[in-house]
Amino acid sequence: MQDRSTPSLRLPGLHGASAIALALLVLVPILVLLSAWHQQQWETWQHLLDTVLWRLVGNTLLLMVGVTVGVLTLGVSLAWCVATLDFPGRRWLEWALFLPMAMPAYVLAFVMVDLLDYAGPIQSQLRSWWPGLSGFSARHPLWVVVTLTLVLYPYVYMLARLAFQAQGRAVLEQARILGDGPLRAFFKVALPMARPGIAAGLALALMETLADFGAVSVFNFDTFTTAIYKSWYGLFNLQAAAQLASLLLLFVLVALVLERRGRRRARYSELGGRQVVRVRPRQAWLISLFAFAVLFLGFLLPVSRLLYWVVGTGLHGVDLRFANLVWRTFLLGGMAASLVLMLASWLAWVKRHQPSRAVSASVQLATLGYALPGSVLAVGIMVSFSAVQGGLQDLGLSVPLVGGLLALVLAYVVRFLAVAYGPVENALQQVRPKLVEAARTLGATSSEVGRRVYLPMMLPGLFTALLMVGIDVMKEMPATLLLRPFGWDTLAVRIYELTSEGEWQRAAAPSLTLVLLGLLPVILLTRKR
Amino acid sequence: MAVALVALSGLWGCSEPTSDNELVVYTSRNDHLIKPVFDAYTEETGITIRYITDNASALAARIQAEGERTPADLLITVDAGNLWNAAQMELLQPVESVVLDANVPDSFTDPNKLWFGLTKRARTIVYSTERVNPDELSSYEALAEPEWKGRLCLRTSKKVYNQSLVATMIERLGTEKAEQVVSGWVGNLATDVFSNDTALMEAIVAGQCDVGIVNTYYYGRMKRDNAQLPLSLFWANQDVSGVHINISGGAVTKYAPHPEQAKALLEWMTRPEAQHLLAEINLEYPVNPSVEPAEEVKSWGEFREDDLNVSVAGALQVEAVKLMDRAGYR
Repeated sequence: MQDRSTPSLRLPGLHGASAIALALLVLVPILVLLSAWHQQQWETWQHLLDTVLWRLVGNTLLLMVGVTVGVLTLGVSLAWCVATLDFPGRRWLEWALFLPMAMPAYVLAFVMVDLLDYAGPIQSQLRSWWPGLSGFSARHPLWVVVTLTLVLYPYVYMLARLAFQAQGRAVLEQARILGDGPLRAFFKVALPMARPGIAAGLALALMETLADFGAVSVFNFDTFTTAIYKSWYGLFNLQAAAQLASLLLLFVLVALVLERRGRRRARYSELGGRQVVRVRPRQAWLISLFAFAVLFLGFLLPVSRLLYWVVGTGLHGVDLRFANLVWRTFLLGGMAASLVLMLASWLAWVKRHQPSRAVSASVQLATLGYALPGSVLAVGIMVSFSAVQGGLQDLGLSVPLVGGLLALVLAYVVRFLAVAYGPVENALQQVRPKLVEAARTLGATSSEVGRRVYLPMMLPGLFTALLMVGIDVMKEMPATLLLRPFGWDTLAVRIYELTSEGEWQRAAAPSLTLVLLGLLPVILLTRKR
Repeated sequence: MAVALVALSGLWGCSEPTSDNELVVYTSRNDHLIKPVFDAYTEETGITIRYITDNASALAARIQAEGERTPADLLITVDAGNLWNAAQMELLQPVESVVLDANVPDSFTDPNKLWFGLTKRARTIVYSTERVNPDELSSYEALAEPEWKGRLCLRTSKKVYNQSLVATMIERLGTEKAEQVVSGWVGNLATDVFSNDTALMEAIVAGQCDVGIVNTYYYGRMKRDNAQLPLSLFWANQDVSGVHINISGGAVTKYAPHPEQAKALLEWMTRPEAQHLLAEINLEYPVNPSVEPAEEVKSWGEFREDDLNVSVAGALQVEAVKLMDRAGYR
């Protein structure tokens, strides 16, 4: 960051230390995983190397490339249209395009397989028209990429949209005055300026892709993550699984380097007004159609399929206990999201005012948790918490960490800090030091600066972060399963139970409820505007 | 923000220690399958049961991490391999019980009495009544023959039920022969493997393939929804080893806070009343030989069971997984 800290806001070293401590919290479970290397597991490694490992690495890379292309194409183009052009339905599509994020990848994966399978409605229909049709496989890698793209493009969309909106029109108009066409202006001016946001969104999408186990399992598509679970559940070797997981972090470092490069030479602009350009009616309708098609595939179609099943199975299992599931899910999401947002804001703040190397490195480390497969991370958290709890007990302090709510919420912090950090940091960068200096010159106190300069300018970014983390927490499955206290079942837990037994139709009710719960904050946000 | 702080301050002291009138169970059985059984026990004895559901390996890791401080009295899970693994990790304690010895046959009990079967599940051949004559079928191994080329559907090798099936094949036939069979299966596949038994059976109904291997209760569920289902079960290996049997089972954890009450619950679960409940909810077979299965289940006919001790499935599971990897069975 090229940010000069303002003299009046120089922070003592204490703050830097707190950021480093926060990074350590995330590091501990990862270090627990790395400690698995002290035991040689050659037999398992040899076996994986001899049989499946290279295919898995190839598959994983294929998935990363595919998802990168997919989310950039959808996320950036949609964000650009929504932020700068006027087309029919723009006002609600702007928010609706965020909805596929509320669709857990594992749910969309199942709906896709069900629709596309040989026995599914699409191929059955085709066969009834052309008997003797041989059909296609619903488990082709292409479908895995499509599924993950549809649920992950909102990460890029959200952050790119914020960036494009912040740029405003002035930038583009200057480019146009200098004789560039609209596309040229986009590629030469708007895109480079939005790069930090886009890169942050892409990094999130790729981390999520690497950590995904649910969706790839439904397609039976073997990735690095499925190998981790194979080592653990199949070969009964948690050590080897932890070793594999720490190798997965290498992939993550690649993603992070990409993000770094995306942020280099980033420039920040004045806030422009938010007016949009009218386009020719035909073009406008085409844009609407495109946006609606994405929304349809990523949200409306799967939701209607889920509805169909819910109606088919009746409201089986939807009772008072179900209401409790909904409440607990929402409570966890709200609690964890607020805490994560506070910590992410704190990190971003410290990094802005103390851009020392130690702080920057800590921040980078603190966002690693997002890429680890949930179960493995959860085991790391559990082992480290158990050790801490045991140590405290020996000192005569009884702190229920494992199986307590605190452990679960901390697990969410470790896992989702990265999700909040991107939008928060971007929001903070919108507030340029010059503005703060100006406010101070005009005699504003620091609390007034906070209230009247920082807060209003950062609000969209903060809301975005809160929303993304809240939805992510509600969708989270493996860590919730392993670390939840008694009686804290959530919708994701119920979905896991039913799907592990192949009872997808019965899982439709909790799945649909989870998606609708994700809608709530979106609606609240739209009302805010 | 304030809300978050208030909530956080309430996070401490959320898991109070368990009282003597309470048992804690870690289980990989589904909430809707296990809750009625626990409710019945509570009604009968007044002892409340608190439980957590998760994958068996994850629960084992949790018990291990908790060590001597674990609140868990019992581990109840599906698949002998998972129980064997928990025993290997030294998470369980042996249980001496006349009741359990009488109610659970030896082949479904751990040789060291560390765990006991509660229900039996049969994994056998399912076929299309429209395109297959049952006379063509004989054994799991025969599905590797050329006549089934392009007609076989299988579930993924990642599912523990298939791992246990292959483990028992290794025990009976030796690694080399078992590997030939699995390679033969892979060569006969009509399409990519499925992630669950239900999707596999739907593929047979739709005509994508003609035969597959499934657990009987999945078949039962589908048949219950559609009496006209053009599928039927075939009892495999009747002339050789018998149908492959797996179990769901229970064990008392090594550091159980209430070992005596835990043992009492296990014993109760093998008695006729609980056995009926356990087996019928999910259309499984009761482990207690004196208890009849549900009418529906009985209607699929009698069959000879494989009499290998189910702990073989655990002891050879790693071997089986590696074999399937080598054979290219995904």
